[in-house]
Amino acid sequence: MFILFSAMIVIFSILTVTSRKILRAAVFLLFVLVSTSGLYFMLNYQFLAAVQLTLYAGGIVVLIIFSILLTSHISQKFESSGWKKNIFSAIAALTGAILSIITILDYKFSATTEAAKEVNMKLIGKSLLSVDYDGYVLPFEVISVLLLAAMVAAIVIAKKGSPKTIGLSKLNQE
Amino acid sequence: MNAGIPIQYFLILATVMFFTGVYGFLTRRNLITILMSVELILNSVNINFLAFNRYLYPHKLEGMFFSLFVIAVAASEAAVAIAIIINIYRRFTTINVEDVNEMKY
Repeated sequence: MFILFSAMIVIFSILTVTSRKILRAAVFLLFVLVSTSGLYFMLNYQFLAAVQLTLYAGGIVVLIIFSILLTSHISQKFESSGWKKNIFSAIAALTGAILSIITILDYKFSATTEAAKEVNMKLIGKSLLSVDYDGYVLPFEVISVLLLAAMVAAIVIAKKGSPKTIGLSKLNQE
Repeated sequence: MNAGIPIQYFLILATVMFFTGVYGFLTRRNLITILMSVELILNSVNINFLAFNRYLYPHKLEGMFFSLFVIAVAASEAAVAIAIIINIYRRFTTINVEDVNEMKY
């Protein structure tokens, strides 16, 4: 099962960054995210797998596909970037990957011997909102403020400017 | 359920995914595909967090909560980036990074 998921992730992520058609790249990204959520199920994090499915696969990919449809033609192929750039980027990526893999294989990981904790919804909710040692209320608040700010920023950036501000920007161009 | 799979397999998988994202980030010239590469990178980091949490510290929940926060950051980042991309498209009628250079003086 792990081999199936990891093969899907590797193949589709390579296809995502090399596909010449932009809509296909988005669909390959969707496959990568769904198989990642399968990995989370294998690791017994059911809540996070559900979040991954709904937020990544359901939200972000749909948002990306919408913006693709708004900004480019579906059948449009983009020209391949120069072979020089491709080769040097591949060298950089391969070097980094090989170095990291050597380090990972070299390191001796030692697990704790304490008993595993059962991750259920009650525990997740309680520790998200607790102020104790194991509580996460501060990052929770920070992330909620961040989400609010991102929402406001997205609306402000993407809305059409009023005639006055558009005139101002034209003035600035001249 | 995950018996028999060493933690190194998860880490190598995340590494491959991360550097695939880096490769896409360096070679792509369309803003949306660059955004997709960034999503790949963030996703591979999540796999790392969860593998470490499950294999090395199963009595704690740090990795799980941090990947939850990474997912939230990725979502807000995607929303803002797509707003910026649509604004750029409205102004330049292209989202190719090499054609959008008007703020350079």
